[in-house]
Amino acid sequence: MTETTKVALLVTCVVDLFRPTVGFAALKLLEDAGCTVFVPEAQTCCGQPAYNSGARDKAEEIAKQVIQTFEDYEYVVAPSGSCTGMIKVHYPQLFQKDDVWGPKARALSGKVHELISFLTDRLGVEAVEAAYTGKVTYHDACSGLRELGIRDQPRKLLNSVQGLELEEAPDRDVCCGFGGTFSAKYGEISGAIVSAKTSALSATEATTVLGGDLGCLLNIAGRLQREGSPISVRHIAEVLAGMTDTPPVGAEKAGDGK
Amino acid sequence: MKPETRTFKENARKALADTDLQSALKGMEGGFVMGRLATIDKLPEFNDMRDGAVRIKNHVLENLDVYLETFEANVIKNGGEVHWCQSPEQARQKVLELCRSIDAKTVTKGKSMIGEEMDLNHFLEDHSVEPIETDLGEYIIQLADERPSHIIAPAIHKTKAQVSDLFHEHHKKYGKTKRLEDPRELLEEAREILRPKYVKADVGITGANFMIAETGSTVIVTNEGNGDLTQTLAKMHIVLATPEKIAPTLEDASTMLRILARSATGQEYSVYTTFSSGARRPEDLDGPSSYHVIILDNGRSNMVGGDFEEMLRCIKCGACLMHCPVWTNIGGHAYGWVYPGPMGSVLTPNLIGLEDACHLPNASTFCGRCQEVCPERIPLPRMLRKHRENAYSAKMGSPVERTGLAVWSFFVRRPKLYRLATGLAMKALKMLSGGKGKLRSAPLAKGWTGARDLPAPEGKTFMAQYREQARRRAGGRS
Repeated sequence: MTETTKVALLVTCVVDLFRPTVGFAALKLLEDAGCTVFVPEAQTCCGQPAYNSGARDKAEEIAKQVIQTFEDYEYVVAPSGSCTGMIKVHYPQLFQKDDVWGPKARALSGKVHELISFLTDRLGVEAVEAAYTGKVTYHDACSGLRELGIRDQPRKLLNSVQGLELEEAPDRDVCCGFGGTFSAKYGEISGAIVSAKTSALSATEATTVLGGDLGCLLNIAGRLQREGSPISVRHIAEVLAGMTDTPPVGAEKAGDGK
Repeated sequence: MKPETRTFKENARKALADTDLQSALKGMEGGFVMGRLATIDKLPEFNDMRDGAVRIKNHVLENLDVYLETFEANVIKNGGEVHWCQSPEQARQKVLELCRSIDAKTVTKGKSMIGEEMDLNHFLEDHSVEPIETDLGEYIIQLADERPSHIIAPAIHKTKAQVSDLFHEHHKKYGKTKRLEDPRELLEEAREILRPKYVKADVGITGANFMIAETGSTVIVTNEGNGDLTQTLAKMHIVLATPEKIAPTLEDASTMLRILARSATGQEYSVYTTFSSGARRPEDLDGPSSYHVIILDNGRSNMVGGDFEEMLRCIKCGACLMHCPVWTNIGGHAYGWVYPGPMGSVLTPNLIGLEDACHLPNASTFCGRCQEVCPERIPLPRMLRKHRENAYSAKMGSPVERTGLAVWSFFVRRPKLYRLATGLAMKALKMLSGGKGKLRSAPLAKGWTGARDLPAPEGKTFMAQYREQARRRAGGRS
């Protein structure tokens, strides 16, 4: 038997709770690329809500739990730029002055990857075998874009999807207004920001919005639906894995991309 | 000025409902962003220059005492005076004292955010000295009795129609009875009214973009030339500055000027860059008879060596505001004090206290675009988070949120209990959606559902489904 790449899937709490399909799509993409995938049982959340609320003590406790859960794997992969960024960029900062946890945090930081960039940059995936009919536009989530430099990788793989036409939206590097707890705490401001985002996305006349972070996609889909827009919203992994039988985010039934 | 930071949420709500403000904000959309990109594209070494500017400011902050002393010594050598003030109140009194020393009746003013920090105009009016703003934007908001909503474009929240109305109302006393609408004509009218005031003014007050230690000069940049008229035609020139504005040498100032204009307005250079090195010398044809630099600290020296030191690298270009999804939607007034946007949300709690300004660092999505465009590479999101940590440690903010966070983290730390609880919660949410895939309202989610639906969970969690599949696979094998 040949040596395969051993990967632990960090499902992320939002995918676990709201959209398991994304987790299964990630699993399939990794296995198709020749990985052996593990799903550690003790995973819950990476701690961003605590960290971004200033609850450093709680963020540290949660981070330690995540480090213990994932430290023995060769790679850790998450279908989210923001959860990956939390572990890659912020865990080392959390434990900067900690002699015990600092080295552990830095070690995990080196092993954690966002799904799409892991496929392209680490595993050398150039194309996927999937079909999706229609015009789509891609929303760059801020953490992935700015903390991890994810921009070209998703576009590269999307261009290999049969029948898919990619149309870029204006202001594509502008935030969708999600911001985690910000969207609930400052709901009206967040609502104004996401409204600007949905009009920019709608201007492309795409029938589907894709993105790499479910938090942003829940926000965008929720706003599109409130507007009564027919645009579908999906995580990019679903389309790349050809798993589009589940209804789009927040929709009643599937039928897009056929 | 009394901060209105505590009512940030209400301020923001009003701003979002203000149709004039919204149309003004939409009107400028993209202009600054595209302008900045276009000039940067033409300068391949822009990012190297940013690194240089970061090094200069870090070096200044490490040696601030030395450079401030050098600056003062050189100002004195040039025949000027430096006045050190701890508080805005002290600085106001110093300005008044200087005005009274020459029996000043009117003061022309170039644009100065330090002046705003001191609430100088109201103070001077209360003490029978008439302040006249000469920057067009500042002039407009002085007529409207408002604060700047942006640190370099103070009246950007005003529509052209509002400016027409303001000029129509306030220029009647000069015999201008026609309501003008053409921007060029509006500008000409303001200029015609302002010109004689420069000549009549006793004192000219300007800000300072930089204080150059090696020459004792202060530097201002403007696009209207109003600063030059303000400082050369009055009898006395007063400069308002803060300690971190030091540039050690002319060369250093030049580096920072090159990134300043590009980051601020997308210009390669501002139209006027003016160096002031003291009062008129015997051989000079014009210039003020005396030159004073007021350096207001207002808590800034406490930031040196601490968690917020890097904020003092700020060269006040305003790029973080123009690129902020929050500022571009609510404008500057909602922030409730002098400095709006990301730079303000870091700076303000340091100057007026976190207790009062607690909303500001929280009202950010952490999208990171501010840090990305900051010419001084200031880690704004990191410092906003530091404020949140300080607020959390001091038990500021909503007790409900605090309890929510504690309950949530209790479950997150106990994976088995977490699965049970979240599994039930997701099932309940799915049921509430009635199979429609989304919810128009949901318990504890009012903030979210005000503007958008809440997509319903698919049903069973990933972990539950994965476990079942694994069990089936194991069963199949045996």
